[in-house]
Amino acid sequence: MNIIVTVKQVPDTHEVKIDPKTGALIREGVPSIINPEDKNAIEEALRLKKSSDDGEVTVLSMGPLQAESTLREALSMGVDRAILVSDRAFAGADTLATSYTLSMAIKKIERYDLILCGSQTIDGETGQVGPQLAEWLDLPQATHAEEINIQGNLVTVKSNFDSVTRVMEMKTPALITVSNRINKPRYKHMNKVLRAYRDKAVVTWSKEDLKLNPIRIGLNGSPTWVRKTFVHSHSRDGIVVEKPAANCAEDILDFILEKALLKL
Amino acid sequence: MPVIVHEEKCTGCKLCVAACPYTVISMQEEKAVLLPGCTYCGACIDTCEFGAITFEDFQGRLCMDVALFKGTHVFIEHDNQTASKVSLELLGKARGLADEFSRQGKDQLVTAILIGYELGDMADELIAYGADHVIVVNDESFKMYRTDIYTKAIVQIAGVKKPEILLFGATAQGRDLAPRIASRLRTGLTADCTALEICKDEGILLQTKPAFGGNMMVTIACPDNRPQMATVRPGVMKKYPRDPDKIGTKEVMKIDLDENDFIIHIRDIMASTKKHVKLEDAEIIVAGGHGVNNQQGLKILETLSDELGAELGASRAAVDEGWIGQDHQIGQTGKTVQPDLYIACGISGSLQHLAGISQSKYIIAINTDRKAPIVSASDVTFIGDLFQIVPVLKDKIREYKKRTD
Ligand SMILES: Cc1cc2nc3c(=O)[nH]c(=O)nc-3n(C[C@H](O)[C@H](O)[C@H](O)COP(=O)(O)OP(=O)(O)OC[C@H]3O[C@@H](n4cnc5c(N)ncnc54)[C@H](O)[C@@H]3O)c2cc1C
Ligand SMILES: Nc1ncnc2c1ncn2[C@@H]1O[C@H](COP(=O)(O)O)[C@@H](O)[C@H]1O
Repeated sequence: MNIIVTVKQVPDTHEVKIDPKTGALIREGVPSIINPEDKNAIEEALRLKKSSDDGEVTVLSMGPLQAESTLREALSMGVDRAILVSDRAFAGADTLATSYTLSMAIKKIERYDLILCGSQTIDGETGQVGPQLAEWLDLPQATHAEEINIQGNLVTVKSNFDSVTRVMEMKTPALITVSNRINKPRYKHMNKVLRAYRDKAVVTWSKEDLKLNPIRIGLNGSPTWVRKTFVHSHSRDGIVVEKPAANCAEDILDFILEKALLKL
Repeated sequence: MPVIVHEEKCTGCKLCVAACPYTVISMQEEKAVLLPGCTYCGACIDTCEFGAITFEDFQGRLCMDVALFKGTHVFIEHDNQTASKVSLELLGKARGLADEFSRQGKDQLVTAILIGYELGDMADELIAYGADHVIVVNDESFKMYRTDIYTKAIVQIAGVKKPEILLFGATAQGRDLAPRIASRLRTGLTADCTALEICKDEGILLQTKPAFGGNMMVTIACPDNRPQMATVRPGVMKKYPRDPDKIGTKEVMKIDLDENDFIIHIRDIMASTKKHVKLEDAEIIVAGGHGVNNQQGLKILETLSDELGAELGASRAAVDEGWIGQDHQIGQTGKTVQPDLYIACGISGSLQHLAGISQSKYIIAINTDRKAPIVSASDVTFIGDLFQIVPVLKDKIREYKKRTD
């Protein structure tokens, strides 16, 4: 069983702050991490690999060279191989261009039974790259997986689809995006961390290494353009009341009655 | 930027014929020939393994023939009986966009795409909720949602109708389906939009969505490709008031399927056993956060919520603690709500939480911390202990109800 996991390096959005004057995102000092659900995908890949006789888990990322640290973290979790697709020409890619570029890297990898992605990133929050990648590669897909089982060349996926749970079956090769409820990702193991730095290489592929159609990559290959970013103002300039609890309760009831909100 | 076929390289393999979403490639004497109506999407160029199809005078960036595309199409999600709420909200939004277009001198129809089996009078309902035209695909194969053939059906419809705008709910289904379609059509897609408007100068769709955990809003446009596609968050758009006298047309379409189209098999669909939480529809919501301390704290809020006939919501912190189920979560990664009154108890008001409640008509907060961000985001904040205020409030409401009985 050969599994490819796509991972993205993202800023830790818990740490992201907004400059109150300019409304811009302050990225300085914000740590870069593996997108959290991509860790779930790695964990699931390692689990599935263990239950089959042989095969490899490869992590694949598209991003700037600094994303190598993310791939090293993946190696330290126990994956066999890491590939970083990196080139100036890929900058500005939206999900269509990203998924296209990843698909061409996967075609170069050639041997795979399963592709696992996170359901969604915490920066772009689109959840589109997985299904779009499946389409470029002409693979069956299942999104938001909470359980994956493999028997021979059949993969069964259980997904939570809003108010229903769906169980789907498809033939490998297939692409699955995993939810953070599928497992608890392992912490990196110290010995493995050391080995990840010492033994294993992160392979980097540039534009020249892939058979790309230039009309589909980077900014020019991206149909969508960011026109504007801004910070939502949630301010209501409301009033603040500090009184004994009973009076507060009285005031709230008055507010509800005054606005005719109580249904009798 | 026309597409040209280099006859000497064409091997007659027909891959391009299958790839063309607009069915404008035919084979003549074993060579691909382009028929009129090509949109320049480039799908054939991607597919041709022999470099036999290229753009002429290519300027670096692909620009489709956007003038060929007209109207707004809305994909309708349903349970074979009733359309989902978000689908009706999208029809309402599409109506608003059509009005904006007509102010700009462009007449645009709102079309609902209704795919399923034994659909009853749903098409008429969609017209009453704002559709001018309904495309109906009624076939047993479509009884349950499946990514494979639903993609094929919508791509076929989009290929024939060439909509300028194509909208989906940002539900599990919409977010499974729309990206696949966008890839096949070689167009852009914006996920989880909370606002859509037509740009006054360019007449294109401006799509606004949150990013970076609600820290930031991003407005995205898709100027050179069509359709302009978006998934839209449930609960943010307004339904069009139901008008049973509204006139509209219906059209039945047939999708050609063969067995190779079925690549995903549905083995089972289980309804969640949990009671459905109707936060999106609630008029009043009482919500608890980390400040309720434990499950018991939420129970106290629940008694207030019951007394008010309200729904119970929660911040992610309360959900992560396991005090309440995830379907109660409000905010960026939870639900977007728009009640008349939102009572936030023990919630600090992180951006991610505020992202889900900012459309509430009134917000009242109960919090011990005068400096919490929820204070400036509320109409009235009561500085105090929720464990003291909430039980008294509940009793007072009960008394009031008794008095006026
Ligand atoms: C990518 C991302 C997505 C997220 N999505 C969401 C989301 O969808 N929804 C969401 O809610 N959060 C979300 N979060 C988390 C969010 O950042 C906050 O961590 C969370 O909203 C905090 O919840 P809270 O206000 O309940 O807890 P806290 O921030 O801990 O606030 C508790 C509040 O209770 C008050 N309090 C304590 N005791 C009492 C008392 N006795 N009486 C009255 N007040 C009291 C305190 O003063 C404090 O203000 C997301 C975060 C990220 C990074
Ligand atoms: N640049 C990238 N490199 C590798 N994988 C990616 C990249 N962007 C997105 N992905 C994958 O696609 C998933 C969904 O991302 P998104 O569509 O950005 O929300 C992620 O969880 C990753 O598995």
